[in-house]
Amino acid sequence: MSDSILTAVIVLGIAGLVIGVVLFLIAKKFAVKTDPRIAQIEELLPGANCGGCGFPGCSAFADACVKQGGLKGMNCSASKPEVMEKIAAIMGGEVEAVAPKVAVVRCNGSCENRPRVNEYGGVKRCSIANMVCGGETGCFYGCLGCGDCVSACRFGAISMNPETGLPEVDQDKCTACGACVGACPRHIIELRNKNKKDRRVYVSCVNKDKGPVAKKACAVACIGCGKCVKACQFEAITLENNLAYIDFEKCRLCKKCVEECPQHTIMAVNFPAPKPVTASAEQTESESKNA
Amino acid sequence: MLKTFKIGGVHPEDNKLTRAVRTEIAELPKQAVFPLSQHIGAPAVPCVQKGDVVKVGTVIAKAGGFVSADIHSSVSGKVAKIDTVVDASGYRKPAIFIDVEGDEWEESIDRSDSIVRECSLAPQEIIERIKNSGVVGMGGACFPTHVKMMPPKDCKLDCLIVNGVECEPFLTADHRLMLEHPDEVLIGVSIIMKALSLEKAYIGIEENKMDAVELLRGKAGDYPGVEIVPLKMKYPQGGEKQLIDAVVGRQVPAPPAIPANVGALVQNVGTVFAIYEAVQKNKPLIERIVTVTGKSVKKPANLVVRMGTPISQLIDYVGGMPEDTGKLISGGPMMGRPLMNADVPVVKGTSGVLMLPREDAVRAEERPCIRCGKCVSACPMGLEPYLLATLGEQADWERAEKEDIMICIECGCCQSTCPSRRPLLDWVRLTKTTVGGIIRSRNAKK
Repeated sequence: MSDSILTAVIVLGIAGLVIGVVLFLIAKKFAVKTDPRIAQIEELLPGANCGGCGFPGCSAFADACVKQGGLKGMNCSASKPEVMEKIAAIMGGEVEAVAPKVAVVRCNGSCENRPRVNEYGGVKRCSIANMVCGGETGCFYGCLGCGDCVSACRFGAISMNPETGLPEVDQDKCTACGACVGACPRHIIELRNKNKKDRRVYVSCVNKDKGPVAKKACAVACIGCGKCVKACQFEAITLENNLAYIDFEKCRLCKKCVEECPQHTIMAVNFPAPKPVTASAEQTESESKNA
Repeated sequence: MLKTFKIGGVHPEDNKLTRAVRTEIAELPKQAVFPLSQHIGAPAVPCVQKGDVVKVGTVIAKAGGFVSADIHSSVSGKVAKIDTVVDASGYRKPAIFIDVEGDEWEESIDRSDSIVRECSLAPQEIIERIKNSGVVGMGGACFPTHVKMMPPKDCKLDCLIVNGVECEPFLTADHRLMLEHPDEVLIGVSIIMKALSLEKAYIGIEENKMDAVELLRGKAGDYPGVEIVPLKMKYPQGGEKQLIDAVVGRQVPAPPAIPANVGALVQNVGTVFAIYEAVQKNKPLIERIVTVTGKSVKKPANLVVRMGTPISQLIDYVGGMPEDTGKLISGGPMMGRPLMNADVPVVKGTSGVLMLPREDAVRAEERPCIRCGKCVSACPMGLEPYLLATLGEQADWERAEKEDIMICIECGCCQSTCPSRRPLLDWVRLTKTTVGGIIRSRNAKK
């Protein structure tokens, strides 16, 4: 009895030893050399695999970064600047200054501003609604309100405001990965510079219809009158297909256009109090005018 | 034993309320609107300007590419503007607006009722006339007919199959056409046979239209090679591939193969009639039969309507929109498109206007899939709709492509048969559109 136990222990012990030595040799011989920096960088990255950098995921970004030998032309918008500095330190290079961006919803067609003229009974997805019909309102460019952008956001930064029926971006949570930009079938969401103190001026409309048609569909639609273009001293505003667009690289946030706009389409957000023209104040103002 | 296609299909209630209603001529509109994309392919390019005076039959927009078609004015009057209009797609598209004054026709058009039997034109001249008359497929897809009649060189056509199936419930436009203009249809068939030197032509008609079968059979004796084929009732028999399978038993392979690859050319009877008018009467495609119907409509009708007439005018003609209307549809209940408003103009592909009562229009609440497999057995293309819909929901486009999403004909059999009322077609359409876009951009890169 004790013999058989002893034999088993000896046989298994020897077998284990032999296999261990063989495995050790094989592991040495065929070792895959990975740069330890890849793992280090990956550790620093948020790991959300949002794809905002243009790579399929965080590990692909780390891989490409090491292969390239630096951060040139690469940026993880979901990480804080300090993280990028740490990565640069690992790679021994410098961080390129990238202006932080934020997702901006360019539609103000709330339930009050943009009356419903139709009923859509299909699946509650913007992509499907956009394909089947023009939506529930007279505006064929504006927000469909089914929330494809909300489900696309991996950072919980977008939510639907039940009162307006429009998505709202939490600027502190938004990492400007651009997932919502791709998810919106109507290309309403744009990544714009965050600017100092998060101040932004933008045209909150993407309607390309002629003035009267756009105005009939939505009380705050851009009618392409061109007043803002004339008012702008920095040539930041262009008018194309009956729609004004403010180039955020050229805009100096003087807000002249905001005052000129007869439709209250141009939004100025996060400006200080004396003249509170924040998004919500803008709306109440237009409401009181309508009333 | 009547013929039909082999796999899938459903049997919706046929509801042909207007089968015995003679066609009536609708009044001229006050303003006619002509959207520039009424066909598959490039939109037409306007060749008139604001203020130009046009007659019935004047070309107002020229084909904007190889796959495109001319658009002719269906009214006489003055061009009011070139602007945009909300069409059946639900979107605003460019269109020509013409204010109607009188009813003056181009002199070249033969307006008499006489039937012209002889056709002495050469094949190329026939196709040229079809092209110049702006004829497109009247079954709904609106593919330019002259392009379809110039098959790829490596394909040898041997038969013409005329689609008189009209498998969509409610619609009777093709049925009335066959009953009221049988000679014209048969002459049209012989013209196409001549143009493409075909020996054989079949006219496929479903068994719910036996009067049309008998009538055409009685007359077909005078036209060598023309055979009338009665078919079993089954939706979507009017689909090109299903009809070829039903009539001659050939299967069209997956795209990019087209019916011409199996030697068949399919034309709708409406198109055949338009070809007759274009070739023998020199009359461009300016009017069509539209079935205006619905269960609560006062007097449903088959109307001969000039293109560009607003649909609201047709609704007034049949006694106004019933109060219980829940959905206004352009086309039939299976393949038609819901309309945003009634100001949409009649275009070349408008086969019917359907007003569905609210209880039929509202979708039942969606429930979980119970894995019954009904959608799989209903699919006439042999696909797995439940899987394609799920892949769409999960955005797995690669797998969807492997599962042959692109051969889907969007007939809606899957959704209509689903006991859990799942919106299968919505998801499948989204998937097909997305995968189609991915394939196109991939081909463009090559």
